[in-house]
Amino acid sequence: MASINIKLNQEKVSQLQDICKEFNNDKGELINVLHKAQHLFGYLPAEVQEVIAHELKTSAAHVYGVVTFYSFFTMTPKGEHPISICMGTACYVRGAEKVLDEFKRILKVKVGETTPDGKFSLSCLRCVGACGLAPVVMVGEKVFGRVSPDGVKDIIGEYTK
Amino acid sequence: MEMIKLTIDNKTVEVQKGASILDAAKTVGINIPTLCYLHLHDLNITNKPAGCRVCVVEVKGRRNLAPACVTECTEGMVVNTHNIRVLNSRKTVLELILSDHPTDCLICSKSGNCDLQTLAQEMGIRQIRYQGEQSHYREDTSPAIIRDVDKCIMCRRCEMMCNDVQTVGVLSAVNRGFMSVVAPAFERNLDHSECTYCGQCVAVCPTGALTEVDHTNKVIRALADPSKTVIVQTAPAVRAALGEEFGLEPGTLVTGKMVSALKGLGFDYVFDTDFAADLTIMEEGTELLDRLSRFMNGDKTVKMPILTSCCPGWVNFFEHQFPDMLDIPSTARSPQQMFGSIAKTYFAEKLGIKRENMVVVSIMPCLAKKYECSREEFKVDGNPDVDFAVSTRELAHLIKQANIDFNGLPEEDFDRPLGESTGASVIFGATGGVIEAATRTAYEVFTGKKLEKVDFEQLRGMEWIRRAEVDFDGTPIKIGIAHGLGNARKLLEEIRDGKADFHAIEIMACPGGCIGGGGQPLHHGDSSILKSRTAALYREDAGKPIRKSHENPFIQKLYEEFLGKPCGHKSHHLLHTHYFDKSNPIEVD
Repeated sequence: MASINIKLNQEKVSQLQDICKEFNNDKGELINVLHKAQHLFGYLPAEVQEVIAHELKTSAAHVYGVVTFYSFFTMTPKGEHPISICMGTACYVRGAEKVLDEFKRILKVKVGETTPDGKFSLSCLRCVGACGLAPVVMVGEKVFGRVSPDGVKDIIGEYTK
Repeated sequence: MEMIKLTIDNKTVEVQKGASILDAAKTVGINIPTLCYLHLHDLNITNKPAGCRVCVVEVKGRRNLAPACVTECTEGMVVNTHNIRVLNSRKTVLELILSDHPTDCLICSKSGNCDLQTLAQEMGIRQIRYQGEQSHYREDTSPAIIRDVDKCIMCRRCEMMCNDVQTVGVLSAVNRGFMSVVAPAFERNLDHSECTYCGQCVAVCPTGALTEVDHTNKVIRALADPSKTVIVQTAPAVRAALGEEFGLEPGTLVTGKMVSALKGLGFDYVFDTDFAADLTIMEEGTELLDRLSRFMNGDKTVKMPILTSCCPGWVNFFEHQFPDMLDIPSTARSPQQMFGSIAKTYFAEKLGIKRENMVVVSIMPCLAKKYECSREEFKVDGNPDVDFAVSTRELAHLIKQANIDFNGLPEEDFDRPLGESTGASVIFGATGGVIEAATRTAYEVFTGKKLEKVDFEQLRGMEWIRRAEVDFDGTPIKIGIAHGLGNARKLLEEIRDGKADFHAIEIMACPGGCIGGGGQPLHHGDSSILKSRTAALYREDAGKPIRKSHENPFIQKLYEEFLGKPCGHKSHHLLHTHYFDKSNPIEVD
C-alpha cells in the first residue's frame, strides 16, 4: 500500500484549518470551505483536499467528487495572469469564441490550462455584467472591452514585456 | 397510522402514509421494474437516487412521468404503470443507457447475473436506436476487485454501500455529465486507496462494472500439474449459498455435494476451513481468557475489550482507519490463514512433501480473502500459505466447467485430519457466530464446568449492533457484536471515548457476516436470502455431534502432536500475526 505523503507548509495548513473552523468543521459547508481554500491557494491540489477531508471528517473521495463537479473549482494552478473570456450571450454573439480561439492559438493551451512557464491561464466565464463592452476579456482584475481577434496579440503583449 | 387509498393499474390499493408508489404497487402484485433502486429490507439499507428513471409511471394530473421509487402516494392518486407513454419512456431510457454501454454480454463475467441485461430482455429491447459517443475509462485491477467503469451505469449503489453502510469512503461520483464516473479520491487505483476489499460494492453492482479478480484458471492449472499436491479448504458460509448457483432454494445446505464436487474437480485433499475455525477458537479463546483474568486481577496494562480478527475486511479497515487501536484486536490469524499455515507445515510434513509442491486453494464467500492471502507476512520465502482464494461464485464456474451435474451428486465427507469440525466452527459464517463459538469454549475453560445449553440466542440476529451479557458462573461477561463496517466504527469510537465496557467484541465487515460476503451468489436486493443462509448454518450446527471447538478430537491431536499448547511458542509463530498502520498521515514541512 503506497502511502501518500502530504507536504504543505505549516502556515498554510494552519490557515486552511482556520477556514474549516470558521465553518465549524461542518461537512455540510464543504463548498464554502473549498471556495475560501481556492482563494487562499489559487487552486485546490490533492494535498489541500486531503486536509479539508480530514478536518471536516469526510472522505477525500467525496471532496474530490465535489471539486471535479463544479467548474469553478480547479486543481491546476492558475497562471500569474489569469485570462478569462466572457462567453455570456452578448459577448458570444459579438465573436467571443473567435477571440478565445486566438488566445488558444497564441498561448498553445486549452481552456482550464496554464502555460508551461506559469505566466498565463485560460478560462471562460459567463457574463461579467459589462455587455455594452462585448466581447469582454479579463486579465486578472483588469477588463478589456470590444476585443477583436486581432487585438489578442496586444493584450498578451502587455504582460510579456 | 394514517392510511391512504389510491388506484394503480385500476386496482385499489391502501397503504400507510409515506409509502412510495413502488412499494404500494408491490402489495397488489405489480412489480414496477427498477435499476438503480436497491432495498435490503432486513438490514434497513436503501439506495434510491432516482437516477436511472426506469421506474417511471404516469400519475393522472401530473405533466411529467414520476419515478415510482421516490414518489409518495397521495389520497386518490391514479397511477398507470404500463401504458404506451410509460412503456415508450422506459424503453427510451434503457436504450439511452445501453447506447453508452459495451454490449459485450457474451463474454462479460456478469452475464446471466446482470440486472441491466435482465431488464433489457424483460423490456424486449431488440435494437439500440441511439448511436453516439461512448465513454471510456481505464480498467483498474486490485488484488481482489476489478473496476471496469465503462460498464458503470451510475446507479450509485456501490457508493451507498462504501460510504453509508461501510463508512469506508473510497468511492465517490467524480467529474460531471458524460465524463462522470465512480472512482476513489483523485482517481487513484483501488490499491492506492483505503479500500478494505470487503466487496460489498461488487455484491450490489447491477452490471459488470465491479467484479472479483478471477483465479479459476490458476486453480485449473495447479490441478493439472502432476508435481503439485493441491489441497482445498472451504469456508463455513459457502455451503449455505453455493446451491443457489445451481438453482437450489436459498438456505439449502450443500456441504456433502460440495465435497463431492471438489473431489470431482481433482483436489487431492478436500478439507474444511471449519477445522481452522475450531483452531481459531483455541487461540483466540485462550488469548481472551488470558487478557480477561489479567484484567480481573487488576492488571492495568491489559487492553480491553478483545476484538475478533478473523475478518480480513475488518482488519484492513482498522489498519487504515484506527491505527491508534492496533493493539486491541486479537493477534490470532484468520481461519483461512491458520489453515494454510498448518497445511504447509504439519500436513506437508505428514505427507513428506515440500511446501513449494503443495498448493492450498481456499473457497471463500469473501473478496478480501484474496488480498489477505497475498499479504507478505503470510508467506515463507515468497511462498504463500494460501496460494489462491476463490469465491463461491468462482467455485460454481469451476464446477460447471468440469461438466459436473452438481444437483445429482452424492453427499461425501471431508477428508481427515483437516476436514473434521464442530458445530461451533460452522456458525463462524453468520454475524455473532464467532463470539458464540468462543463463548462455548471460554465458558468451560473459565468456569471448569460443563456447559449444558450451547445455544446462545442472545448473540444471534440481524440487528446491526448487539450487546449481551453472558453469565460465566457468577461473572458477567459483556459481549458486543457489530456487522457492517459503519457499525464497527460506532463501537470502536465508543471504545476510544471510554464509553464502552465490553470484554469481547465480534466484528464482521459484511452485512449479515460471511453469509453476505462479497464473493457469495448475488442476492439482487433480496435480503431474505441472507436470512435463509444464516438459518442453514445454525441448522448445520444443531445437527453436529460435537458443538464445542475444544472437543474436536483432531484439534486436540494437533496440539498433542505438533503445536504444544494454545498461544504457545509454535502457535505464536504459525497462528498469530501483527498489524500495520496504513493510515494516510498528513505530513507537514
